[in-house]
Amino acid sequence: MKFAVVVFPGSNCDHDAHYAAEHVLGQQAELIWHKDTSLRGAAVVVLPGGFAHGDYLRTGAIARFSPIMQEVKRFADAGGPVLGICNGFQILLEAGMLPGAMLRNASLHFHCEHVYVKVEQTDTPFTVACSTERPLRIPVAHGEGNYYAEPDVVARLEKNRQVVFRYVDASGQRTDAANPNGSLNNIAGICNDRRNVVGLMPHPERACELAVGSADGLALFESAVKAVSERAFATSR
Amino acid sequence: MTITNELIAQHGLTSDEYQRLVEALKREPTLTELGIFSVMWSEHCSYKSSRVHLKTLPTSGQRVLQGPGENAGAVDIGDGLAAVFKIESHNHPSFIEPYQGAATGVGGIIRDIFTMGARPIALLNSLRFGSLEDPLVRRTMAGVVSGIAGYGNSIGIPTVGGEIGFDESYTGNPLVNVFCLGIAKADEIVKAVASGAGNPVYYVGAKTGRDGIHGATMASAEFDDKSAEKRPAVQVGDPFMEKLLLEACLEVMQTDALVGIQDMGAAGLTSSSCEMGARGGAGVEIDVSLVPQRETGMTPYEIMLSESQERMLLVAKRGREAEVERIFEKWDLHAVRIGEVTTDGRLRVRNKGEVVADIPNKALTDDAPRYTRPVSEPSYLKEAQRLDLGAIGQPASPRDAFRKLLASPGIATKRWVYRQYDHMVRTNTLVLPGMGAGVVRIKGTRRALALSVDCNGRFVYLDPFLGAQHAVAEAARNVACAGALPIGATNCLNFGNPEKPEVMWQFVRAVEGMGAACRALDVPITGGNVSLYNETDGHAVLPTPVIGVVGVIEDGDRVARRTFQAAGDVVVLLGEGRAELGGSEYLKTVHGLLRGVPPALDLTREAALQRLLVDGISTGIIRSAHDCAEGGFAITLAECCFDTGFGVSAEIASVAVGEASFADIAALFAESASRVVVSVSATAVSDLLARAQAVGVPATRIGTVGGHRIRIDVDGRTVLDESLVESEGIWSSALEQYFERARAIA
Repeated sequence: MKFAVVVFPGSNCDHDAHYAAEHVLGQQAELIWHKDTSLRGAAVVVLPGGFAHGDYLRTGAIARFSPIMQEVKRFADAGGPVLGICNGFQILLEAGMLPGAMLRNASLHFHCEHVYVKVEQTDTPFTVACSTERPLRIPVAHGEGNYYAEPDVVARLEKNRQVVFRYVDASGQRTDAANPNGSLNNIAGICNDRRNVVGLMPHPERACELAVGSADGLALFESAVKAVSERAFATSR
Repeated sequence: MTITNELIAQHGLTSDEYQRLVEALKREPTLTELGIFSVMWSEHCSYKSSRVHLKTLPTSGQRVLQGPGENAGAVDIGDGLAAVFKIESHNHPSFIEPYQGAATGVGGIIRDIFTMGARPIALLNSLRFGSLEDPLVRRTMAGVVSGIAGYGNSIGIPTVGGEIGFDESYTGNPLVNVFCLGIAKADEIVKAVASGAGNPVYYVGAKTGRDGIHGATMASAEFDDKSAEKRPAVQVGDPFMEKLLLEACLEVMQTDALVGIQDMGAAGLTSSSCEMGARGGAGVEIDVSLVPQRETGMTPYEIMLSESQERMLLVAKRGREAEVERIFEKWDLHAVRIGEVTTDGRLRVRNKGEVVADIPNKALTDDAPRYTRPVSEPSYLKEAQRLDLGAIGQPASPRDAFRKLLASPGIATKRWVYRQYDHMVRTNTLVLPGMGAGVVRIKGTRRALALSVDCNGRFVYLDPFLGAQHAVAEAARNVACAGALPIGATNCLNFGNPEKPEVMWQFVRAVEGMGAACRALDVPITGGNVSLYNETDGHAVLPTPVIGVVGVIEDGDRVARRTFQAAGDVVVLLGEGRAELGGSEYLKTVHGLLRGVPPALDLTREAALQRLLVDGISTGIIRSAHDCAEGGFAITLAECCFDTGFGVSAEIASVAVGEASFADIAALFAESASRVVVSVSATAVSDLLARAQAVGVPATRIGTVGGHRIRIDVDGRTVLDESLVESEGIWSSALEQYFERARAIA
């Protein structure tokens, strides 16, 4: 099966996602230029991290106008699995494919560090192979990852079990100290109503091999393979 | 326009230099020509004070693919690949505008790497600031760190390591040295040449504005209280534009439509055009009216001297224009043809056809002035080298000294800093910042590279020759502690005003020391940068010749970090301590003294030590390795415990010291060179000791990893016994507190 990794001009984690899918996972992966209009038959779409168009305006604000985004929306509307990582998550928010917005980190600094993330829902295409028991150790690297939404939106996300990932400490406890950016309810990642579009701030593609510090992130990519092969989230094409 | 004496002086040219200029042109210059000569003959571009001395450095070796003279140096790392790297300073702009000064420093060095055809994969930086008690210094440091982060993070090149030092001498003149390394195919290195008459000359990247005009001249003058008014001479960075340039240029280089390319760095369009012409033995003719401009009414003078960022000059093959233009269009960049290569060896600048400058390229480059400036041994030296321990008062108790040193900003963890840098993007970072040398793997091979930048300015101040040797030895030792064989180096020489014989003496002696150490350790210098005039109100910074060393690790699975790996492992000290407190962090932090002579350095033994480390780590015997540097043995041992949860218990022998009351202090905190604390499994101890003996490196089993205390005995008597948690707490919070406290007040 094929992963499509969308390349915006300022993407900088595109090659990392591609490497994780192709070299670590052994699946097919293709980089898709943002001006393209076809996902070339991919079964999974990844919007990678970076600074899509420089992000001097709000992060991800311009990327939603890139030609490929029409196709990504169509793909998602048809039930196709879409994963937005970091800047990709920000783009999904700006594109209205996920609810909420990002504020600057509470510290006002860019923050790069391994954090612990608890998988709370396993009925998304990117978490079906994950455990909710042991938190994942995955890095964050962002300046604007402070998730915010109106109180009713957050309440709805919680009620509908759309909070997929939450910042916790090593023992799995949700604490303020474990929250690297001030996100509401320690939210690290969410999914849409249909649960096929998932966005998260931490970088699973950076945690796919023990050599670089952790292999915990691989479970998200393995989940996608499992979900697609079981046709749990098959697309219409 | 008449060229008056005043105008000449404003351009930083002496009357002798002006005469030389007139002889080169065989006539009086135009204003544009005067500006062009002024920047090309500035210290920053011409290396006029340093060049004769730099020539003495070793620059060749079996692995060297490119030595000094190009945008960056390159060494062979096997598998048909080259490591392309260089370090460069952005000191003066970073004081005037910390964020943009540092950010554009990062941008500049990245361009130097990718113009060689290399994909940049790692950044490091070497920073110096004044005392953090000073709020202006905190502001400067916070701005510099954000600027480095803002640029490097955005463009997606990880900042994997570096070092930061503090001394009052840097208060008004911080040092911001940025190192970048990229990977290229060894046989596809791109040169910065213009050749082939009639080949088109392209301008690509950001539009030209009035920013940074005379930046190179600014970096060639001392600071005074008017420096803050020089803000318009600092450029503004646009990392997104640079990301586009990086990707587009690397894509163009995949075709063979390119002849040469150079970044418009210091002295902008001027230096790139005449240097490319000079290297290719050709001329370059351009029309400035074709240069994309973002301000109206710019004169040829301003266009030629602008240092607007993120611009490249490239020469393509005639007939291949469409190919080149198409690639830049893909990245929403516009390659604009502004001229062509000629045969006459001259830089000819037109403005709507009219010639405004016409200068032989060589006059601006190879034939620029160069000086053998007078030197004299500094008057401070003899007195500063005298260290009478009996006269400096009572020593601190080992416990007080230990805690003070852990809290010293030079020693405390730099986590507050490197957490702001994306150090993991590209997923190659095998050793995270704060764990030793930066280590990045080379995907597609088994190899990894270890990188370290180092300099102890105190040692260089007290003995420039020996101090510079220490810088080389320490940087090479640090990469060896990761398991890497040092294979090449780059230097960034930060000194004061070279027109002062005492500063020039420091410079000359440091270059001599650096050369001697590089030869002894077999690490050729493939390029670098000189930053002079680092003075404020007549006071020079500590002489700071920073060196960046690159080492190669054959098996990326065999890498060592500073941290102990398991309770029960045995701790071995390689090398031996002496009562060498001269220039130490202890004297500075506890007694406020910068005194004495630096520790002795035996380069033969140093080389043997480094080979032993590479051998021991690559065979898997050595499980952790940490170099004894600032703070000496006790601080090093503590750092081996931090971030692990393991304590340690160790016993070392006393050292002979003239003043008996300082015996324990000297054993714990002297900074004797060529010492490394390593840990091995209990079963491997005898193997390591035998290997050490075979190569003539002293090695002593000194203790065991485990427990929750840091305990050091000297000759069987416990002199330090501290709680691990408490010690680590001091070390972890000391630096951060300066900034969080400042924020709380603000």
